[in-house]
Amino acid sequence: MSLLLFGVVKDVAGAASISFPDHIKDVATLKRWLYDSYPALKQLKSMMIAVNREYAADGTAISAEDEIAVIPPVSGG
Amino acid sequence: MDILLDIRDVVTVQTALDFIQTPECGGEVMFAGTVRNHTKRRPVVKLFYECYREMAISEMHKIAQQVQQQWDIKKLVILHAVGEKFPGDVAVVVAVAATHRGIAFDACEYIIDTLKETVPIWKKEFFEDGEAVFSLTP
Repeated sequence: MSLLLFGVVKDVAGAASISFPDHIKDVATLKRWLYDSYPALKQLKSMMIAVNREYAADGTAISAEDEIAVIPPVSGG
Repeated sequence: MDILLDIRDVVTVQTALDFIQTPECGGEVMFAGTVRNHTKRRPVVKLFYECYREMAISEMHKIAQQVQQQWDIKKLVILHAVGEKFPGDVAVVVAVAATHRGIAFDACEYIIDTLKETVPIWKKEFFEDGEAVFSLTP
């Protein structure tokens, strides 16, 4: 499945999108996989996941049809 | 309430002022956020803003809805710039118009404070010493 990356997460991974394993079925598992794959992300004070352009809670289910993105601390304005 | 939300390469104060102008309103409040030439005394050469566009517009829309639920605002504008920005450039413009000024100040402050918390836009700072990092605070 595909994951959109932005900001510092994009810099850490070195790509604007990456693939993650199909066995990951919810936001909490995806976050754990991200922290394992990119330990530098543990330094962020927050890391949200957006599912279909909405901030998603850890229990939110994800599937290949969803648009999934990693949202590091925002800094607009 | 009439709403104008946009994310583009260049945003202007005038766009916002033109949109909120209406004879039914006597209070117009606008906030402009511009690029500072330093962060905590460290000289900044330029910024680069990137966004998750569809979600950013969606989050801006939520802010507009929250404003509409709390205050009787007649016109609301949120404009954010993306791309390379230099000191003095306008990065964000928020403007509202209401019958009277009190709620216009409150709504305008609420919009910019909430934008900095929820709208997926990221600022990379390019320092004079050559380092470039994503800012991790709003």
